[in-house]
Amino acid sequence: MADAAVTAKGIPRDVDKPAAVDLLRQMLLIRNFEDKAAEMYAKGKIGGFLHLYNGEEAVAVGAISVLRKEDLVVTHYRDHGHALAKGSDPGRCMAELFGKATGLCKGKGGSMHFCDASVGILGGYAIVAGHLPLATGLAFAFQYQGKDNVVLCFFGDGATNGGDFHEALNLSSLWKLPVVFICENNLYGMGTALRKASALLDIHKKAAAYDMPGERVDGMDVFAVREATARAVAAARAGEGPTLLEALCYRFRGHSMADPVLYRGKEEEHVWRARDPITTLRARLEAEGVLSTEEYEALEREVTTRIEEAVRFAEGSPEPAPEELYTDVYARP
Amino acid sequence: MPVVTFREAVAEVLREEMRRDPRIFLLGEDIVDYGGTYGVTRGFAEEFGEKRVKDTPIAESVIIGAAVGAAMGGLRPVAELMNINFAMQAMDQIVNSAAKVRYMFGGQTSAPVVIRTAGGSGVQLAATHSQNFEVYFAHMPGLKVAIPATPKDAKGLLTTCIRGEDPVLFVEHAALYGTRGEVPEGELLIPLGQAEVKRAGKDLTLISYSRMLLLVLEAASRLGKEGIEAEVVDLRSLRPLDVATIVTSVRKTNRALIVEEDWYSFGVGAEVAARIQEEAFDDLDAPVMRVAVEEVPLPYAKNLEKLAIPNVDRIIAGVKRLLGR
Ligand SMILES: Cc1ncc(C[n+]2csc(CCOP(=O)(O)OP(=O)(O)O)c2C)c(N)n1
Repeated sequence: MADAAVTAKGIPRDVDKPAAVDLLRQMLLIRNFEDKAAEMYAKGKIGGFLHLYNGEEAVAVGAISVLRKEDLVVTHYRDHGHALAKGSDPGRCMAELFGKATGLCKGKGGSMHFCDASVGILGGYAIVAGHLPLATGLAFAFQYQGKDNVVLCFFGDGATNGGDFHEALNLSSLWKLPVVFICENNLYGMGTALRKASALLDIHKKAAAYDMPGERVDGMDVFAVREATARAVAAARAGEGPTLLEALCYRFRGHSMADPVLYRGKEEEHVWRARDPITTLRARLEAEGVLSTEEYEALEREVTTRIEEAVRFAEGSPEPAPEELYTDVYARP
Repeated sequence: MPVVTFREAVAEVLREEMRRDPRIFLLGEDIVDYGGTYGVTRGFAEEFGEKRVKDTPIAESVIIGAAVGAAMGGLRPVAELMNINFAMQAMDQIVNSAAKVRYMFGGQTSAPVVIRTAGGSGVQLAATHSQNFEVYFAHMPGLKVAIPATPKDAKGLLTTCIRGEDPVLFVEHAALYGTRGEVPEGELLIPLGQAEVKRAGKDLTLISYSRMLLLVLEAASRLGKEGIEAEVVDLRSLRPLDVATIVTSVRKTNRALIVEEDWYSFGVGAEVAARIQEEAFDDLDAPVMRVAVEEVPLPYAKNLEKLAIPNVDRIIAGVKRLLGR
């Protein structure tokens, strides 16, 4: 599963120590953001649907870590992690959840629709698989303009059974577009297990139908995700076309805050929790002598402070003005 | 009469009809282990088995297409489209297959498919999850659209739909599932195309359907305290549309206000207003008016969302505008 370039315990050669620590910092930031969002949801500060990313941090962080700033990310409604990994400000992210004017989308998008063009995150989309064709088009725009940028497109396993998946992968491959499709296979689409929804369980093998490379990576291992994405991105930049990556992972919480998670076993959850991408990375860095316990605790404090600041920023921000209801419907009124 | 929730009324019909007719089967996303997003089919797989209660992938086009095929093959599918917002994924199958196989094949086949789906706005789900698309489907000849507001109507209409010979979209407002009401025991069939006067009055007619009916009734009772007697008509189905009941009421009150949880332009209100002008122009003392959703995709922020969707105050203001007060 994990590639040979990544030793079982160690840190890949192309990742220096500060970079490795930064990956951990980003994953911690996402985890803290999500836990705080859950808390704020329980307090009624956040409305609508809230889909959290706990457990899947290594996928967003590993994959996005190989991107340039001008590269684009499009993703689904479980989008906080991708935005934070691409560099969105946690305060503006939290403000969006609070429905405040200072939010990423001025409070109009909410949890499922984070968009931050300034850092290249071109949207979270809430219609399953609906954004895959958009990734195709964005990649075409890069190709057309002669740019060597790429698009990373994230989606769940459930999205791979819809028609848009087929159409987007086929066209992307046909036109050799610079897009990397990353399936976050967390084994469930809402309460439906993958085995009940997909005739083929090896999602990466679906790539064969589109004559593109397909590969499965360990989505709990940030270095494995990073390594595989780096290869796919390099191929895309070189004009070789798209890749389908399947990151095997697990969402630690329910599908959304409304989900009591009655459809999967506690044992299964324990097995995956034991592979928590954050604790395993921490252990790895400590074993390599890259990170001391004190340094880790300092990281945690740093991240906690940033998230507290984010909440304070969101709390202190104004609601959108009533006139905002009518803005941005058209380019010009 | 027993008082039950809208959810229980729908579930009860499905259960009774499945016991009665072995050709009926359910298919949809997350209806087995999850029990349906809104809990309607909880326990169904245990009672009827997974041969008749079938989970599907997130693939709306094939859910509806397969339901149509199964119906043409002699079965009686009840397809659950998790949410009407996802009906767009199945648009082609609904519009070009379900609605047309009878007509374009000269009556040789039919697609008696019931598509149950949840609709509605108002819980901060933002632009793609807060849409009321029933009008898209009411536009299509060949398809029927039922959209009850009360548990009793849900029972009576759904039973009719399931036993009927035509494809129908049955829209359940997500915010109505927990509402309660009296529902007669035993068999109840309410034909589609029969609106109901839910409250009698003489000063104006308020026309509505689905969740907006509850707000309209509340507005009517508040107006009653001010001496304004509003008659309230619940459409209950959009196709067929019961023009006769609407017109009879307008002939009596001479004024009409339509209240809908959908955009103002090109909506159900526009259709109903046109029908009234056609059939009761001489009886009108004022133009037919509408209270509807603001012409914007729905925003997430709570304060903005509230401004976008009709509420009781806006309905009352609309009534006063209509009455020139
Ligand atoms: C077209 C469409 N159908 C149904 C839904 C409702 N829905 C939202 S998320 C979801 C499950 C998606 O699962 P998956 O793609 O595996 O992503 P995950 O949530 O596991 O990250 C469903 C059915 C939707 N949003 N869009």
